[in-house]
Amino acid sequence: MTAPILQFTDIGKVFPGVVALADVSMDLGRGEIRALMGENGAGKSTLLKILAGEYRPDSGALAVDGRAVAFNGPRDSASAGIAIIHQELHLAPDMSVADNLLLGAYPGRLGLVDGRAVRARARAILARLGEDIDPDAKVKTLPIGKRQMVEIGKALLRDAAIIAFDEPTSSLSARETETLMRIIRDLKADGRAILYVSHRMEEVFALCDSVSILRDGRHVATYPDMRQTDPDHLIAQMAGRTIADVYGYQSRELGPVSLELSGVTGPGVKQPVSLSARRGEILGFFGLVGAGRSELFKLIYGATPLASGTISLDGEPRRFATPRHAIAAGLGLCPEDRKDEGIFKLAAVRENITITRRNMETAPLIRRQEESGRAEKLIGSMRVKTASADTAIGTLSGGNQQKAILARWLDADARFLLMDEPTRGIDIGARSEIYALMYRLAAEGKTLLVASSDMPEVMGVADRIVVMRDGAIAGVLTREEATPNELLRLALPDGKPVGAAVRI
Amino acid sequence: MMTQMMLAFRRYSAIGPLLVLLVLFACLALFVPDFAGARNMRGLILSVSLVGTVTTTMMLVLALREVDLSVGSIVALAGVLCAVVISDTGSVALGIGAGLLGGTMVGLFNGVVVAKLKINSLIATLATMEIVRGLAFLVSGGQAVSIPREDFYVLGSGALLGINYPIWIAILCFVIFGVVLNKTVFGKNVLAIGGNPEAARLAGVPVDRVRITVFALQGFVAALAGIVLAARITSGQPNTSLGLELAVISACVLGGVSLLGGIASIGGVLIGVLIMGAAQNALNLLDVPTFYQYVVRGGILLFAVIVDSARQNRWTPASFLKAR
Repeated sequence: MTAPILQFTDIGKVFPGVVALADVSMDLGRGEIRALMGENGAGKSTLLKILAGEYRPDSGALAVDGRAVAFNGPRDSASAGIAIIHQELHLAPDMSVADNLLLGAYPGRLGLVDGRAVRARARAILARLGEDIDPDAKVKTLPIGKRQMVEIGKALLRDAAIIAFDEPTSSLSARETETLMRIIRDLKADGRAILYVSHRMEEVFALCDSVSILRDGRHVATYPDMRQTDPDHLIAQMAGRTIADVYGYQSRELGPVSLELSGVTGPGVKQPVSLSARRGEILGFFGLVGAGRSELFKLIYGATPLASGTISLDGEPRRFATPRHAIAAGLGLCPEDRKDEGIFKLAAVRENITITRRNMETAPLIRRQEESGRAEKLIGSMRVKTASADTAIGTLSGGNQQKAILARWLDADARFLLMDEPTRGIDIGARSEIYALMYRLAAEGKTLLVASSDMPEVMGVADRIVVMRDGAIAGVLTREEATPNELLRLALPDGKPVGAAVRI
Repeated sequence: MMTQMMLAFRRYSAIGPLLVLLVLFACLALFVPDFAGARNMRGLILSVSLVGTVTTTMMLVLALREVDLSVGSIVALAGVLCAVVISDTGSVALGIGAGLLGGTMVGLFNGVVVAKLKINSLIATLATMEIVRGLAFLVSGGQAVSIPREDFYVLGSGALLGINYPIWIAILCFVIFGVVLNKTVFGKNVLAIGGNPEAARLAGVPVDRVRITVFALQGFVAALAGIVLAARITSGQPNTSLGLELAVISACVLGGVSLLGGIASIGGVLIGVLIMGAAQNALNLLDVPTFYQYVVRGGILLFAVIVDSARQNRWTPASFLKAR
């Protein structure tokens, strides 16, 4: 193999309370497809953001083509020949494919755009991708797979020598995935270097030449040849422990049925959903992105209006016009997007905990001492790591923010907890603590509904698993029935697993 | 560590404005003749009582991540309503009641449009600013309406313990809304909604109710200020207080209230009002022509907004590049 085109040397990056990357070194050669694997929070996205020029490393060096580079922003990264294909695509949906391809590099003179040249160049690039896409079509009219091709076209147009893909197949169909893999192989044949971030073992083993593994911000291992490893070995490397250790599942005595949905539909939930959960039960919800899990939770919680159906709590039918009504009935939601829907980042941890209960009581004045006492007790019992109750919650790590939101619902005495992606972006140590809290709450007789796109997590913590697909229930599995294959068979649109979506 | 400090800085945002105020007062006392005299100070404080009264509720509106441009028009409408009703009925109480009711209704309307119809408050209150100004002209017939009641003037010119009533009313508003902001569930909810509206809704905060109440309070307080102003100038003037909303918003922002919502302090707002008043007062003492005063006022506003923006930590080189 020739000299590496991309070199990370001892890269380190620290965020408040979290070491995101520590001494990460790896090389990437021309014509190499390198898989980058690691569990959530292992540092993959931080490394990609450093590559993209969005973050500056706190220590270490980055070299392209043997020359040290320091990026002050995404433009520097782009001009060094690096392109990142993000999970969420960065395209202008209302502009044409040709405009999106050439945006920022319009041919023409004196500030006038030469429309004919734009289309001609766009067509040439699309032909090179072997894709049948109309350059005049608006991007928003294209299916997601084709939009991704447009994004790759942009990278080609800039003649990027290093292209990083961040979980590119997470929202692609099986056919689109095949097309993508063909194109990536073409890029490799061109001599470009590919960094391929994915959780899907099958894809990684089919496509990649080599693999690097990150764990807790550290580089664990690089295998220059995929034959040196296998999926089980990689999973063990990523987790650094066996799955049972992480989840520590504890079985419980279940009480009577406490929550019952019958025929529930609404925005994002197309087919009537009927199910029940018991006191002390942890009911898992699995499905692909957009399967309707979050939407169902919002319906139950009164955050979006129910189109039809009924929700019963302890046998009594209830109707929640707003989240306030649901909270008054004993529900609590830990939202999927903690930053935008959960926390008040400038406010103290204490305020973030007590906000709900004080809004459910009628006293107009804040009883500061009483609130502080309650908040501090919860911070202690839930092991929220914070300098004090008055620290702004925005400075805490994701795991501690999540614990504070759970504390909010304990403070408000919620009996039904809807937890949407409870450990997204949370490092592994804090995740185990959150699972332990979940078992504790269930053991106290609360009913927990837990949605996750992280298959091992659902399998690890849930007593039963509801699999959703395309806004409907595809099946309900007991703990014994829930194998990865069965979950995927139910969750995938065509009923055929593409590759095991393995996340620990 | 950096983030910790930034957050601390953003939470205790009144320290910066206090320094600015102290430096400004020291400079003016040194270099502007008559500035530091007791007589001038009384005049200064009386002159900011109108803006000061209205800022106390504008603070809540901005903390809510909203804005209310209609306050100047409400001041005019309330004064005119009060004047017309007093001249027609001869009852001061009815006049004051009519003015307060009118202003509160306008505020309530603003609140419902913003909260229920989900209209951007900048646009919604720009519309009511025009509508209400028009109503003020319609009610008054386009003319100043004189108020033939000496006992009403007391509200504007009378004094208690050597302090004029308009100042007492401003002080009362500062005390009340300071308590509201810091000690009540309502005040904390205002900050929560301004900080993260969706999180507030999901945490059980009655978001719509809080929004409507804040706008209604703003209408009530602007009307109160308008009635006091009418008493000071002994008439209801339909064209009074043009541009008041800008002075009020400037004072709030100078006092560390974030235009992005979620951050406010009553002490900061008081300081902002005094900075505005001191600058205006000094320009008058120095006989600077009015035309320049516009330039200075605009400059102060721009300065305040730039400081606000810098405080939001949006000016790192990386974020600048990202924004492009």
